[in-house]
Amino acid sequence: MKNIFITILLLALSFGVVAGESAHLQHANINPTDNESLQRGAKHFVTYCLGCHSIKHIRYQRMSLDFGIDDKKVLSEIAPQGATIYQQMHTAMNAHDSEKWFGIQPPDLSLVSRSRNADWLYSYLKSFYTDTKKPLGTNNLVFKDVGMPNVFWQLQGEQKALFKIIEGGKEEIEKLVVDIPGTLSEQEFDAMVNDLVNFLVYVGEPIKLERERMGKYVLFFLGMFLLIAYLLKKEYWKDVH
Amino acid sequence: MKTNRLTECSNWVLERFPLTKLWNEHMAHYYAPKNFNFWYFFGSLALLVLVNQFVTGILLTMNYKPDAKLAFDSVEYIMRDVNWGWLVRYMHSTGASAFFIIIYLHMFRGLIYGSYKQPRELIWIFGMFLFLALMAEAFMGYLLPWGQMSYWGAQVIISLFSAIPFIGDDLSLWIRGDYVVSDATLNRFFAFHVISVPLVLVLLVFLHIVALHEVGSNNPDGIEIKKTKDANGIPLDGIPFHPYYTVKDIVGVGVFLIFFATIMFYLPEMGGFFLESDNFIPADPLRTPEHIAPLWYFTPFYAILRAIPDKFAGVIAMFGSIAVLFILPWLDRSPIKSVRYRGGIFKKALFVLVVSFIALGYLGTQPVTATGTIFSRIFTLGYFGFFLLMPIYSRWEKSKPLPTRVTDQPTMEDRIPALKEIFEEMTVLKPATDPADTKSYYGSTLLRRRPNPQGILKVMIRVAKKLKASLD
Repeated sequence: MKNIFITILLLALSFGVVAGESAHLQHANINPTDNESLQRGAKHFVTYCLGCHSIKHIRYQRMSLDFGIDDKKVLSEIAPQGATIYQQMHTAMNAHDSEKWFGIQPPDLSLVSRSRNADWLYSYLKSFYTDTKKPLGTNNLVFKDVGMPNVFWQLQGEQKALFKIIEGGKEEIEKLVVDIPGTLSEQEFDAMVNDLVNFLVYVGEPIKLERERMGKYVLFFLGMFLLIAYLLKKEYWKDVH
Repeated sequence: MKTNRLTECSNWVLERFPLTKLWNEHMAHYYAPKNFNFWYFFGSLALLVLVNQFVTGILLTMNYKPDAKLAFDSVEYIMRDVNWGWLVRYMHSTGASAFFIIIYLHMFRGLIYGSYKQPRELIWIFGMFLFLALMAEAFMGYLLPWGQMSYWGAQVIISLFSAIPFIGDDLSLWIRGDYVVSDATLNRFFAFHVISVPLVLVLLVFLHIVALHEVGSNNPDGIEIKKTKDANGIPLDGIPFHPYYTVKDIVGVGVFLIFFATIMFYLPEMGGFFLESDNFIPADPLRTPEHIAPLWYFTPFYAILRAIPDKFAGVIAMFGSIAVLFILPWLDRSPIKSVRYRGGIFKKALFVLVVSFIALGYLGTQPVTATGTIFSRIFTLGYFGFFLLMPIYSRWEKSKPLPTRVTDQPTMEDRIPALKEIFEEMTVLKPATDPADTKSYYGSTLLRRRPNPQGILKVMIRVAKKLKASLD
């Protein structure tokens, strides 16, 4: 009887392990309080991403309030030419064209850090490699057959995949190596992608810092409330035996 | 006299409305047993969360747009551009999950102390209708953010109705108002979520409480306090609900709100259990997510559905798992209410039920695997076994003698010294600094508390033995 029980227990513990074996993700260093990094990330986003992807749920003014910089600086240094401070970050590309070019309208990225996560984004942006079979010439290790080309090819350079033979004679990608170097060193490029991901995490929930700051006061108040409520209860219940 | 104006006004009202009578009957002269324990907080907490959902829900409606094209964006608009919108929305989303945690614990309380038994069958039935209405409310509310999981979750659940023979396809079409979940579905779900079901909930809460106050509350000893009364006809073991239980429930509210605020301010997604990551992607009728799972509070029933190989039989089993709760008062043949005095066989059955329910809840969140299905079937049997075998095993039960008056149990304060001792046993003081390093802290050693594996093992063995003993 005992043995059966133990076997069942072991089986029960083991079936969680079987599921899901995806590419190993690299760790992104997220710091929502690092305003410099967020500003750099915002600039990179406007330069490299906003051409195709909107982040329509954030306004330029939100950034000026949250990063502690004035409106003029946001407009001159971050926003594309012609944007106004109350505008949301829309892309200039229209859906009709993008569907013709990429087969799909590039998704809005306002909440991408909440539907994916920071590590996934960081790894994804670094995992493009040359694949001549694809229409745009690149493929991605984290998101196979993605419709997006490598927008950082000038900075990162071009990566190629090294294959290894696994059982059954199939080929599997072992790792990616830089084939043609770009204008940035590896560390510089990692830092840049990290800033970009940091910015996307911020865009996912701009109120996050504020809510965490406020939470401390709420919890302190509730602690005091509980203390008084407890003393009141004790006082009333003295005469219950 | 000027001071009497106010009294005159209040008298005018009191002569025309039985406010004093209502207050006395339901609060000041409503005698509740004095031995309520931890499990008795969840009734008042459920009411608190209901009010929270109403208030935050009304505020959300002011900025939400029930339109397939606008719904998703309007939720994000609330989160970002509406003043305090994020707070209101997180209160509503965390409140939904908190509601189910509270209701499950509230139902479990009824189960262990036999609160469903004669003369409280009707309270239990009203409670079950409340549970059903709450599930409908939560299911329809979850469609409103119009994310991927909202959309596909609704698609899967509504398509279950199409498994019913003959009328199935027409029925699911009638529920959706379209061939797929669409704008029409969103609009009617919005109407149900904000008007119809809340009205039903309020009515049922009213009936639930009126029925409760007619027969009086049960208690952890499961004996009727009305049997022993003093000369004035007041139960000897009863205390007025107000002020004793109002002040006690406020303590419960304080503890609950601390947990609630911690989740709301620091873990609003609760690791994907309260807000699923796929629901941050707008609904797309052309792209099915890889893995569709309902929110955590439906997963035990969802796991039962998936455990049955035939779709229609699965639907019957899923609804049966809720229907069986309605007839619980007549399945239980034991005259004893409280688990404290019931036989070992009931306690073991209850243990099987709890394990099955939690395991099914976990399995319902996971993708289908062969082993997972086998386990779902075993636990489905465990779940139904508890209820359907009850008429048999509750007859065999060897119950313990009942006390005539309610008993005193150690309170939480009484347990603090024992808990401290266990903490001492499980930890050990170790020097944090190297004693050889004379420069640090002028040669003195700094002691740090560290977990003690041997102590923890000993405590765990004791807990396991106690658990086993408590099942006899």
